[in-house]
Amino acid sequence: MTVSEVMPTGNREDEIQIYDLHKSFGDLEVLTGITTTIHRGEVVCIIGPSGSGKSTLLRCVNLLEQPTKGRIFILNEEITDPDADVDRLRTQMGMVFQSFNLFPHLTALQNCSIAQVRVLKKDPEEAKRIAQENLEKVGLGDRGHSYPAQMSGGQQQRVAIARALSMDPEMMLFDEPTSALDPELVGDVLSVMRDLADGGMTMMVVTHEMAFAREVADRVMFMDGGVIVEEGPPGEVIRNPKEERTRTFLARVLDPTHVHPTTTKYDHPDPQKTAGFEVRGLSHHGE
Amino acid sequence: MSAISSTTTVAPRKKRLSPRKRAQRFRIVQYAVLVLAVVLAALTIDGHQLQQVFFRPDLIVQTIGPELGSAFLNTIIYTTGAFILGLVLGTVLALMKLSQVGPYRWLATIYTEFFRGIPAIIVLLAFSLMGVAFPGFSFPFDPYGAVWVALGMVSAAYMSETIRAGIQAVPKGQIEAARSLGMSPGMSMQRIVLPQAFRIVTPPLTNELVLLTKDSSLVYVIGLFASGYELTKFGRNLANSFANITPLVVAGLCYLVITLPLTYLVRRMETKQRKATR
Repeated sequence: MTVSEVMPTGNREDEIQIYDLHKSFGDLEVLTGITTTIHRGEVVCIIGPSGSGKSTLLRCVNLLEQPTKGRIFILNEEITDPDADVDRLRTQMGMVFQSFNLFPHLTALQNCSIAQVRVLKKDPEEAKRIAQENLEKVGLGDRGHSYPAQMSGGQQQRVAIARALSMDPEMMLFDEPTSALDPELVGDVLSVMRDLADGGMTMMVVTHEMAFAREVADRVMFMDGGVIVEEGPPGEVIRNPKEERTRTFLARVLDPTHVHPTTTKYDHPDPQKTAGFEVRGLSHHGE
Repeated sequence: MSAISSTTTVAPRKKRLSPRKRAQRFRIVQYAVLVLAVVLAALTIDGHQLQQVFFRPDLIVQTIGPELGSAFLNTIIYTTGAFILGLVLGTVLALMKLSQVGPYRWLATIYTEFFRGIPAIIVLLAFSLMGVAFPGFSFPFDPYGAVWVALGMVSAAYMSETIRAGIQAVPKGQIEAARSLGMSPGMSMQRIVLPQAFRIVTPPLTNELVLLTKDSSLVYVIGLFASGYELTKFGRNLANSFANITPLVVAGLCYLVITLPLTYLVRRMETKQRKATR
């Protein structure tokens, strides 16, 4: 069966269906054939070395990156169809960025209500009430009138989560949500995400937080070189990986002498050890 | 290599001042030059003559009056109208320059290069003759309309470059966040990017307003009724009739009343922005 013949399953439980997804930036192939389905209420953590295509995969799902080839169905509607109502489908997918991307000219409350009013055409008072609810959900009910610049990184990221939740999405996409945070602020953000997962939210999370993946994920997806190398329950992928590449990666990440995977590339000039890591300057995401 | 280093070490040591001492000496020299210049000026300049040419008290008194006030007001009206028009047109041009459609980009670039390349005074003269070129045509709000359009079109060329840079200075993540919330490209631009872009360009645009205030003096080249006189035209006419430049000097000082607070405001805003950018 070729990709063009693929039909959505039609099953309401299959919220995100990805078929043979390819993405290139010029000559650089970042994704080389991803096929997977994410089900309602499932929490999928995507791990892997930098440059493996994790973020690109996530950004293709809500079409922030236009796939080179392949098809994606969101709630059984094809978002990669040129005639798709992408804006409407995006309101079903909350996105949280590594660099927060809060609107600096708006307060926390306005950040959470502007799209409700402008896109969903909600009554401003109603939108404000929903925004306040979501700020409370992330523990920032008292910071509604603060501007992003007046908040810490952890608080900003939680507002960003509240902003996405305020659209009442079916699913949430997290693109390395804690990578830009000071270590002591990571916990608050992760605990908000854990609450979301417990509440039954469908989540795709690109992350380096192995502990989070191990404890919260229903499925862990290890990516390298633009493909899914291995996926399965965290107990299998993280505790007992089958693939050599997964084992090498996890050994590096979980090695207590290397707190963060990116430190490896500076510590080991040995090209074999650094091969999986991104050459600096080739990054397509983040600022 | 070794020869050089040996000569430097062997060379007789001069008595060297400490850097702080040297800086102090240099400062003393600077003050000395300044004092010398002031003394020279005081000795050579004939104060009375200077006053007779530039600051005749009787003419200062005659210049100040309701007509000066009306000229002052006209300067502000010409400038404000041209600025608003320039701002709107400049924003449109900036968006055209960032358009996906090639011809829009080319048109905007040609416009900008044209109006930045020719003297504003010529544009002003050309527009003042529109009524002659197209019989029956006249700008609304005569004589303000023609000036607003002419100066507005020139300043739009400059402002469009500034605004374009401001739009591009807004991080790409802002558009991505807006789009990921389901906003259309147009809405993202209008609600998220432009408000931030204008914040970034407020200081340079205020500078543009200062330049425009002074450029409004070019209005003196076109024929006007007395009610349309602005500061320069008013000052020149009086200067001609008194055969003394004092009224024009007074008019010139009036520009400072407008421009000094504006430049002060720009500096305030720039300091504030520097503080705000983490």
